[in-house]
Amino acid sequence: MVGKGFAALLDLLRGGGHRVNDALQTLGFAARFLVMLLVYSGQSFRRFNLTIREIYFSGFQSLLIILVSGLFIGMVLGLQGYETLQRYGSSEALGVLVALSLTRELGPVVAALLFASRAGSSITAEIGLMKATEQLTAMDMMAVNPIARVVGPRFWGGVISMPLLAALFSAVGVFGGYLIGVVLIGVDEGAFWSQMQGSVDFRHDIWSGIVKSFVFGVAVSLISVFEGYDAVPTAEGVSASIKRTVVYSALTILALDFVLTSFLFRGV
Amino acid sequence: MPADSLVKITDVSFAYDERSILKGINMEIPRGKLVAIMGNSGCGKTTLLRLIGGQLKPTSGELLVDGQSVPDMSHAELYAMRRRMGMLFQFGALFTDISVFDNVAYLMREHTDLPEELIRDLVMMKLNAVGLRGAHHLMPAELSGGMARRVALARAIALDPMLIMYDEPFAGLDPISMGVIGQLVRKLNDALGATSLLVTHDVQEALMIVDYVYFVSDGQIVAQGTPDEIRASADPFVHQFVFGEADGPVHFHYPALPFAQELMGEGVGGR
Repeated sequence: MVGKGFAALLDLLRGGGHRVNDALQTLGFAARFLVMLLVYSGQSFRRFNLTIREIYFSGFQSLLIILVSGLFIGMVLGLQGYETLQRYGSSEALGVLVALSLTRELGPVVAALLFASRAGSSITAEIGLMKATEQLTAMDMMAVNPIARVVGPRFWGGVISMPLLAALFSAVGVFGGYLIGVVLIGVDEGAFWSQMQGSVDFRHDIWSGIVKSFVFGVAVSLISVFEGYDAVPTAEGVSASIKRTVVYSALTILALDFVLTSFLFRGV
Repeated sequence: MPADSLVKITDVSFAYDERSILKGINMEIPRGKLVAIMGNSGCGKTTLLRLIGGQLKPTSGELLVDGQSVPDMSHAELYAMRRRMGMLFQFGALFTDISVFDNVAYLMREHTDLPEELIRDLVMMKLNAVGLRGAHHLMPAELSGGMARRVALARAIALDPMLIMYDEPFAGLDPISMGVIGQLVRKLNDALGATSLLVTHDVQEALMIVDYVYFVSDGQIVAQGTPDEIRASADPFVHQFVFGEADGPVHFHYPALPFAQELMGEGVGGR
């Protein structure tokens, strides 16, 4: 009886150890992958039209979902914000509330989450399928480095697109808040804009948002290209990789947001 | 075998972790010849191609291509050598996001500074050689299996390589496409003055076109010779392989317990 219990415990420990070992190995491989990616980025940049193409695919083609979502989030903020603020008789501060929520938090975070599920998943799928159909091996055999040719442009395309998308998300969101607050409910237009202008600090609020969205862009793009490159080259393998891209990206974005917020807005 | 070999493999072994794939392979591929490596699935043929291309490093032994040791090459040297190699992958491995024309032009654009008009002419010549000039505007998804294989062949010869390697070029093709690819492999080798290495298990098709054959089984070379010698061989393995017999030295059954024992419940269920 004791022997059986001991064996079960040993199995449990062994299973846990294997998992930790695998996770560490993947992490190490990801770190090496990042170094390779940076080393070969020079080669990627020399053919910058490839990166521009990826900005088109992951950035430009995500515009619709980003703009529509931004508008709705801004409108919801307008409704909820007004509802709360008017209780304290400060509904003119609606502009400040909408703008700060969007530039500091919702813009970067929600845009990154949308970007991960819209563009990140398709990057993973594309690279994973290229691997499964031996296109990456073929490229390597043709003396064309797949990291420089395929991975690099997709990574940098994502990194460049992300802050731009987040900024557009915030801008459209502010407009959504304006539509609800000023046009629909009738908050004073002058107060809406002037309070916003007075309270939103460029360096503190806008710049922090840009830093956040840049960091999220790096994280999401890296996870997407890595999961594709590391995919098991079968149908199940690629589908599992896509799932991991979305899940890991979401968790990473939220965790990084917490860390960044605690550093960027210290003592405010 | 003549002294002037493009590829010289001496006592090469290869193992994935503990699993031994190749055990002491000796092989020479003379310049200008078309040599086939045959064997059953999983015998290590494709591994051999990856070793020659430098994608894998042998566990032991010496592997020379054009007089240079492949395992000792730096990344840059390896890429310089691969520019002089063409490889046809088992299912073509065409880039699915670009057209047939761009697939063939790919290497010319990546590795040369040729003007676009010249690239156009060269691509059309390569496509003409495989009979698909008229299909240059199609996307890979619009091609049949045989056509895709021919486009991949045109891409493999885009830079007039010294060595062309074919990984199962006949796999999954109908008899007509198979014949077409076979003839192309032979003609291109002679027209380009290249050396070709053909990995396949389609014996009849290969014996019609090649100059020399190596038989690989279980990671070792078990027989070799010209097609005529192979056809006349009394070696039981070669005989089974050439005439496609179900049982022989290569068994029909995967290793298992005696059948009667299994049925009496001492196999899978009776553990």
